Amino acid sequence: MSAVFEQIFQVGFLAAIIRIATPLAFATLGEMFSERAGVLNLGIEGIMLLSAMAGFTAANLSGSLWLGVLAAVLVGALMGALHALFTVALGLSQHVCGIGVTLFSSGLAYFLYRLIFGQQSVPPSIDGFKPVPIPLLSDIPILGPAVFNQFTLVYLAILAIPLAAFVLYRTPWGLSVRMVGENPRAADSAGVSVIATRFQAVILGGALMGLAGAFLTMAQFNAFTFGVVSGRGWVAIALVVFGRWDPWRSAGAALLFAFVDALQLRMQASGLGHIPYEAFLMLPFIFTIAAMAFMSRNAVAPSALLKPFRREER
Amino acid sequence: MFRLEARTSTPAWFNLVLPFLAIVVTLILCSGLIAVAGAGVIEAYGVMLSASLGDSYAITETLVRAAPMIFTGLAVAIAFRAKFWNIGAEGQLLAGAVASCAVGAIPMPGYLAMLLMALVGAAAGAIVALVPATLRVKFKVDDVVSSLLLNSVIYYALMALIEGPWKDTFSGYPISPPIEDSANFPVLIEGTRLHIGVIVALIAAPLCWFLIARTTLGFQIRVTGENPEAARYGGINVQRVLLSTALLSGALAGLAGVGEVGGVHFQVMSDISPGYGYSGIVVAMLARLNPLGAVPAALFLAAVMTGAEAMSRATGVPAFLSDVIQGTALLAMLVALLFTAYRIRRVGAPS
Repeated sequence: MSAVFEQIFQVGFLAAIIRIATPLAFATLGEMFSERAGVLNLGIEGIMLLSAMAGFTAANLSGSLWLGVLAAVLVGALMGALHALFTVALGLSQHVCGIGVTLFSSGLAYFLYRLIFGQQSVPPSIDGFKPVPIPLLSDIPILGPAVFNQFTLVYLAILAIPLAAFVLYRTPWGLSVRMVGENPRAADSAGVSVIATRFQAVILGGALMGLAGAFLTMAQFNAFTFGVVSGRGWVAIALVVFGRWDPWRSAGAALLFAFVDALQLRMQASGLGHIPYEAFLMLPFIFTIAAMAFMSRNAVAPSALLKPFRREER
Repeated sequence: MFRLEARTSTPAWFNLVLPFLAIVVTLILCSGLIAVAGAGVIEAYGVMLSASLGDSYAITETLVRAAPMIFTGLAVAIAFRAKFWNIGAEGQLLAGAVASCAVGAIPMPGYLAMLLMALVGAAAGAIVALVPATLRVKFKVDDVVSSLLLNSVIYYALMALIEGPWKDTFSGYPISPPIEDSANFPVLIEGTRLHIGVIVALIAAPLCWFLIARTTLGFQIRVTGENPEAARYGGINVQRVLLSTALLSGALAGLAGVGEVGGVHFQVMSDISPGYGYSGIVVAMLARLNPLGAVPAALFLAAVMTGAEAMSRATGVPAFLSDVIQGTALLAMLVALLFTAYRIRRVGAPS
């Protein structure tokens, strides 16, 4: 048994956790901004998929990875705007619109990918991002190679967490976001445009989901497959609840999920061969459901979540 | 000047006109993608139409495809009526398929096998649906997220079965052993795939309508969905209604899986459902959550799916167009529903 554990907790294990956590952190922060403004975005799964496809395609055709990232972010923001148009401007059901955005974006991603690349026996791939060691920091034992010898997008995710906390808690715009998510009527009286603020938050959220998609196809897998997102968007929604709508806690939740996911990957690879690998694949999802059962009783969602705002209705 | 004005009631013909309007808008929007793919819009839609409804064989194929979506559409419609957000019809369908496949592989008289397949498949779907409902009632877990996550769990469980104990030892393919020949659902018209499960689906729709519109449970489901406070005040045990709704909804989704095993594939494979569970949401919304509307709505989506494959072969436009059409139709229908809540009024004379 100890040999198994040694194999699991190698030096690379920590690095794997960070890599798995990165797209989840982007997606979770994106969903958190949207929900703090009062808009549940179930479009996340599809937005991540379409962004992943757009980023991969742009990088493949232009040869520039950063152009790919830009394309993914723009597509994510655009789909966020679409979701906001339906849920904020028109005040439609956030649940059903989100599913609609996911179905639409996924369909579009499949359609455009097949249109551009056709049905090739060997799926096209790109030369993805390479790890960039940070001088000095990457020399720290254990932590150095795991955290500071990573893709640039990983560093971006690590920076995004304090930045998101700063924006949400320390800037006037962040205050507006929290106000329109808690008490839109009061925000409106205070001269904050509820509609505009919600639009901005959902678009920012979409852009972050786009970054999550970009990471999947340009750093993690270096190719686009139809199952590239495979439920990570849904997991991010659960992580927001688990992280109590707070940037730090949400990022912590992403890290915890990544730990479970990295663990199951190691367990798959190690000697536990008589257990089907699908049992391990299930593990993070069951863990998430269990964590939600544990956390939800005391979780306090933004008060105006799911509630559309119409000025004339009192 | 025009302004939106709240509507107090909607005329009945809206139920027919709005989905029709949404579908027309969808087809117009998606024609852009056909043009981008370099095909003629009229030609592409023409192929879709003739391949799905053009002759009697095509019509039977469309009906066969519609059956699982009628069931998942009913499952979603009933759940959404109670505001139980069951997005897990996909997983419930898979559970129903696996359970009925296990039963169908046991040698026994055909009619008994079919009956047991339906019962066990429905029960499996119901049990899966009970998980998010229980989590919501007992632990306040958001039912959308838990039912979505459960879809992945069920899918991996299915994969573990067909790549493990059920794996075809002869070919090595990840497919389950077939059910007994005697358990194959009878075909109604020789030379087609039109099986008895399609008729069951067509009968299920009016039964569900009756249940929702005319029974006590249906009344409780509607009140719970529209106004849980009033329901509680009126002595309705809201939690129990939610759990009953989940059982009913899951059983219907499970039956979708039973039909696919007993009438179409006769075994279980990884792609037994091309997202019929999610399509059920589109069906339910197009039907305005009315069980009777699930039949035409499912037929429309089935025609699009059957037609898209033929269109792809004839014109080279990717068949994934049908996925885009589904998503667009759902969004278009939601926008169309605005007309039920508001009307556009002219205010003041333009001077």
